[in-house]
Amino acid sequence: MPDSEYYLKNWDILKKQLEDFKKFLIHLHGFSELFGHSIVYLFTRPFYLRDILVQMHSIGVRSLVIVLLTAGFTGLVMALQSGYEMAVYGAKMYVGTLVSVSLVRELGPVLTSLVVAGRVGAGITAEIGSMNVTEQIDAMRALGTNPVKKLASTRFIAITIMLPILTIIGDATGIFGGLVISVSSLGISAPFYWMTVLRALTLNDFLAGLIKPFVFAMTISTVSCYMGFTAKGGTKGVGEATTRSVVVSSILIFFLDFLITKFILSVS
Amino acid sequence: MNKDQRYIIGFQDVHKSFEENHVLQGLNLSIFEGETLVILGRSGCGKSVTLKILLGLIYPDVGQVFVDGEEITQVPEKRMFSIRQKFGMLFQGSALFDSMKVKDNVAFALHEHTKKSEKEIIDIVKRNLEFVDLAGTEELMPSELSGGMRKRVALARAMAYQPKIMLYDEPTTGLDPITATTINALIRKTQRELGVTSIVVTHELESGFSVANRVAVISEGKIIEIGSIDEIKNSQNEFVKTFIAGPK
Repeated sequence: MPDSEYYLKNWDILKKQLEDFKKFLIHLHGFSELFGHSIVYLFTRPFYLRDILVQMHSIGVRSLVIVLLTAGFTGLVMALQSGYEMAVYGAKMYVGTLVSVSLVRELGPVLTSLVVAGRVGAGITAEIGSMNVTEQIDAMRALGTNPVKKLASTRFIAITIMLPILTIIGDATGIFGGLVISVSSLGISAPFYWMTVLRALTLNDFLAGLIKPFVFAMTISTVSCYMGFTAKGGTKGVGEATTRSVVVSSILIFFLDFLITKFILSVS
Repeated sequence: MNKDQRYIIGFQDVHKSFEENHVLQGLNLSIFEGETLVILGRSGCGKSVTLKILLGLIYPDVGQVFVDGEEITQVPEKRMFSIRQKFGMLFQGSALFDSMKVKDNVAFALHEHTKKSEKEIIDIVKRNLEFVDLAGTEELMPSELSGGMRKRVALARAMAYQPKIMLYDEPTTGLDPITATTINALIRKTQRELGVTSIVVTHELESGFSVANRVAVISEGKIIEIGSIDEIKNSQNEFVKTFIAGPK
């Protein structure tokens, strides 16, 4: 028979698990509240148009090079790998189909979002987190300004506008990368490559390719702002929050990608 | 204090805990309009929490807080943002916005809450920076300033919107004696020339006594003594005597 110590020990474990679950629910509530406020505050005065433009520049324009490089190399490597494999089955000329469908449906949105989560999301958490631990957020509230509206809503709308645009640019760059390899290494003519690309892509692909970055953008923005606003414990806490922000955003991107893909396939 | 003076701030039986730590344990305090009240106490006794409750940055667990006749613990956050505009707060670490120049820090509330032209705002910024003896620093970034200069810019920022009530959280902590004297002189100048109500929380006796009209001593989350500087210096309360004379 287990003795009283055994029950006490199990009770302590259960208590700790309940505490952890309570914390999780508190975070979930805070996260949902921030998400809701980020949207609602977009429609109330003041509108912070200048701040939104600054963020669009910082998030969009300054992420362009890394998005171009990521998507471009992905297109190059995909065409190379698939070209030689498909040649075995005599399907080399359909490299354009494979590259374009993979990029527009999946790799474009996911890779671009991961790059933005790493570059922009981490930056947002670090900035808001530093402001939080040095009382700058409190100072902003003390000066009568709502920090969620000033910092989170502006970043929310900026990412939500810029990420789909970056994704489209990334998709185009990747497909262009595929063209370069097809023409230079696989002996496929440029007009034929473009024909396979255009024939392969459907309206559903474009819709899926745009819905995904739109949803991912809202996720990255809310996660990175939430992690910043809840950062505690000085610079160490900010560092931990930044890491957590990138990890949580990345996991949610993969998870949401699966859900959206499943939803789109079931609808179409 | 003159009997005709009205109270502008009141705390009634305010309690606040952070997990196991019961910081405020029934705080009762009233502050007259136009006075400078210094709240003295040891580090971690709830002085800064008192200021943050007053600004609605944190909410008390129990009790009521009145600002200018309005009970603030139950008001919605949106209303709280307008109530906060009555306050100017000098934070312990200055809390200047790192990403903004000095002039943008000082002009922050003006850009946010007024429709003043850029020229008017620049004039106000210059006037406030001159007030704290930092004319010509408009284009500098906070990282280019010394600790004392940061405090003075933070003071200029807090005053720019012409608040009715100024709150100072440990205004001289971590500063050298000469800079601390300058900050104390600025606190007196602010009260004298602008007539604002001021609350200064500090654990530094000399600094507190040099700016106070009245002094309140806080210990274990309660005000244990309140009165003029002389009354506090002659207090028979054991904690107050030890706090002023230092441990034997």
